[in-house]
Order: sequence, then structure tokens, then C-alpha cells
Amino acid sequence: MEIKYRNYNNVLYVMLIGELDEHTAKYTSKTLDDLFLSTISKQIIIDLSEMKFMDSTGIGVLIGRYKKMKDRGISIFISNPSYHAEKIFKLTGLYDIMPKIS
Amino acid sequence: MKEINKMEIKFKAKSENESFARASVAGFCLQLNPTIDEITDIKTAVSEAVTNSVVHAYPNGNGEIIITVTLYSSSLKIEIRDFGVGIKDLEKARQPFYTTRPDDERSGMGFTVMESFMDSLDVENMGSGGVKVTLTKNIQENKEKIKKLG
Repeated sequence: MEIKYRNYNNVLYVMLIGELDEHTAKYTSKTLDDLFLSTISKQIIIDLSEMKFMDSTGIGVLIGRYKKMKDRGISIFISNPSYHAEKIFKLTGLYDIMPKIS
Repeated sequence: MKEINKMEIKFKAKSENESFARASVAGFCLQLNPTIDEITDIKTAVSEAVTNSVVHAYPNGNGEIIITVTLYSSSLKIEIRDFGVGIKDLEKARQPFYTTRPDDERSGMGFTVMESFMDSLDVENMGSGGVKVTLTKNIQENKEKIKKLG
């Protein structure tokens, strides 16, 4: 898993590149937490256009980040999910807490 | 239903092997000429079952997983077997959002994903110990996939 980010107009953009599963979950959670906790942005956009694979472990990772950021008043949005990631998001109701933006 | 091919892989229950497991199964299933969506469904379901075994089956951290894939003319069967501690309450385990490790940021959606991405799911505690997950999927026939471009 490779993670790229940039700050633009007070929004933190994060791009996840690779496969998000049990093996990469810990690293991904830790890296995102470090990034998110050091940001002054109140909005975070997670770009999934380069995510090659994700299973329900990925949902755990995303919900975990949501819970941590919620208390700090920071919103997280999902952008460019694959057809398949979207299938898992809809099944689990992830969009209820992390809306999709285009 | 006539069996046309079969394979088996055995590997250590380590998260490093998840990517290998789902890619191997997907590669073998390509013989049935599935769509990209069907292949991704299969990879995801295999990943869920293997994750369960890696995370829950072996508290001491040492064990093996065996995957058997059987191909039929327009369907396939995948069995994911571990030899670990088993699942205490199968009915609960299959419920959406149920997890024995809520503090671990686990979604509890593994079986739900398997069930909705495949055509059937069966989970058994084996008498000899461990769990066997059986997944099947119908693969639509070739001719329906031919589309004219332009």
C-alpha cells in the first residue's frame, strides 16, 4: 500500500494506491492516523481511483478513521471508488458516514 | 454436474499469503472465462474467508490453510479449510456486523460479503477440528459475453 497526499484549499486529499486487506490494514490505519491528526483541514477526501483491491477489512479501516475524526469535527469523503469498492460500501452502509463526492 | 478441473493449494495462515491465495484462485478460475466482475467477486470472497482463518483460527499464530477449487462447465466451488479453534456460534458469526473483536476495528461483514458476492455460502465446524467454508458461483456462458463494439 502506498499513500500519497496533498493539502489544497483547506482540504486534505489522500490517495490510497494498492491493495487494502488484512496484511496492509495496520500500516494503512497508522499512516492515515498520523496524516489526519496532523492536519488543520476540516475536510478529508480519500481518493480510491488507484486502489486495486479491497475487502471488508478495508471497511474496518475506514470506519476506524471515521470514529477517530468525528470527535475532532473533521468530515471524511470518498472519491472515485471502483465498481467493486462501491459494491462493498453499499452493502455495509459506509456512505452513510463517509459520503461519496465526485 | 461434470467436474472439468480441480486444484489445491496449502499455505501458512499468515496475512502475507492473502494476496497470493486470492490471485491463485482467480488465476485458476480464468479457465471458465469469467467476467472481470465475476473474478473480483471471487477474489473478494476468498480474501474474506482466508482473513477469517488468519485472524481467528490460530491464536498461537501457527497453522495452515488449504484451498480447493473445483471447476464445472458453468460454475465453480471453492473450499477454504483451516484446522484451528473453530467458530463458537456459527449463526451469530454469519450475522452482519457481528465481530468477536470490536476493539480491533473489524467490520464483522466478512460472511455477509461472501454471501452476497457468491451464489452460495456454507460454513461448517469440522469434527476433526477447524472450519470449512464452501463457496459456489455460477459463471455465465461465454457466448453471452460477446459484444459488438461501435
